Amino acid sequence: MKVSELCKAAGFTLVTDKQDNDREIGGVYACDLLSWVIGRAAQDAVLVTVMTNVNVIAVAVMADLSCVVLCEGVSLDSAALQKANENGVAVLSSDKPVYETCLLINKVMCNK
Amino acid sequence: MSTALNMHYIVDGSDFTTAGEASTAVKMSLKKLGIAPDIVRKVAIAMYEAEINMVIHAGGGEADVMLESDKITIRLIDHGKGIPDVELAMKEGYSTAPDTVRSLGFGAGMGLPNIKKYSDEMYIDTEVGKGTTVTIIINLH
Ligand SMILES: Nc1ncnc2c1ncn2[C@@H]1O[C@H](COP(=O)(O)OP(=O)(O)OP(=O)(O)O)[C@@H](O)[C@H]1O
Ligand SMILES: [Mg+2]
Repeated sequence: MKVSELCKAAGFTLVTDKQDNDREIGGVYACDLLSWVIGRAAQDAVLVTVMTNVNVIAVAVMADLSCVVLCEGVSLDSAALQKANENGVAVLSSDKPVYETCLLINKVMCNK
Repeated sequence: MSTALNMHYIVDGSDFTTAGEASTAVKMSLKKLGIAPDIVRKVAIAMYEAEINMVIHAGGGEADVMLESDKITIRLIDHGKGIPDVELAMKEGYSTAPDTVRSLGFGAGMGLPNIKKYSDEMYIDTEVGKGTTVTIIINLH
């Protein structure tokens, strides 16, 4: 499944420019501690988190994640948004908490 | 590939918003050079953790990346406070990170273990009060 398909099917909002959301998704990893994410998330995974600072984007770039889904309707700070657009990291927004967001992603991916 | 390539970066220790810039630049360069994606990913992860440590724990420093025909060597040199007990610092979960950086998502005590996991060789040369040099080697084949 592609990032753009996930965004549409799950009803998330694309926060970043229309870029790189054609990337193929390979798994899901939910965590807010960045060293856990960078060490354990698989390449092409979706990162589900409530962290919104620029380091989240850096981690997504380093670990080659497919996109970031921000939960609870939190929004990226401006430095993070800029870095995401510069580096082609798609960031989606979910108004649900982390657990419900993961369930939703699972449902959407299973229905694919 | 017989020619060696060297890259040098100054890592600003005062600004978290630029932290990771050296690793980002190295990642892009290696990708452009056609290095295999899984190798690039290992380099990026290991170097990012070491770069962030330099910013959080040592007030910044310098990073050197050497690309040779068989391996990539990354050396991160700082003149910060040093690590009193390296064996302890290498343990998963051990962290002295202050609350200010914990709120940014750091301080899990997983950075050094991650470097070990994603590198082929890792060396820490440190002296309390003098600084720390972390050397990371990742084989190309
Ligand atoms: N360059 C350094 N200078 C001084 N101390 C360091 C340096 N790098 C690591 N340390 C010490 O080693 C500890 C463990 O480092 P490690 O990277 O594993 O965890 P962390 O940085 O605290 O948290 P995380 O990496 O999970 O965000 C640090 O908390 C710090 O006390
Ligand atoms: Mg660390």
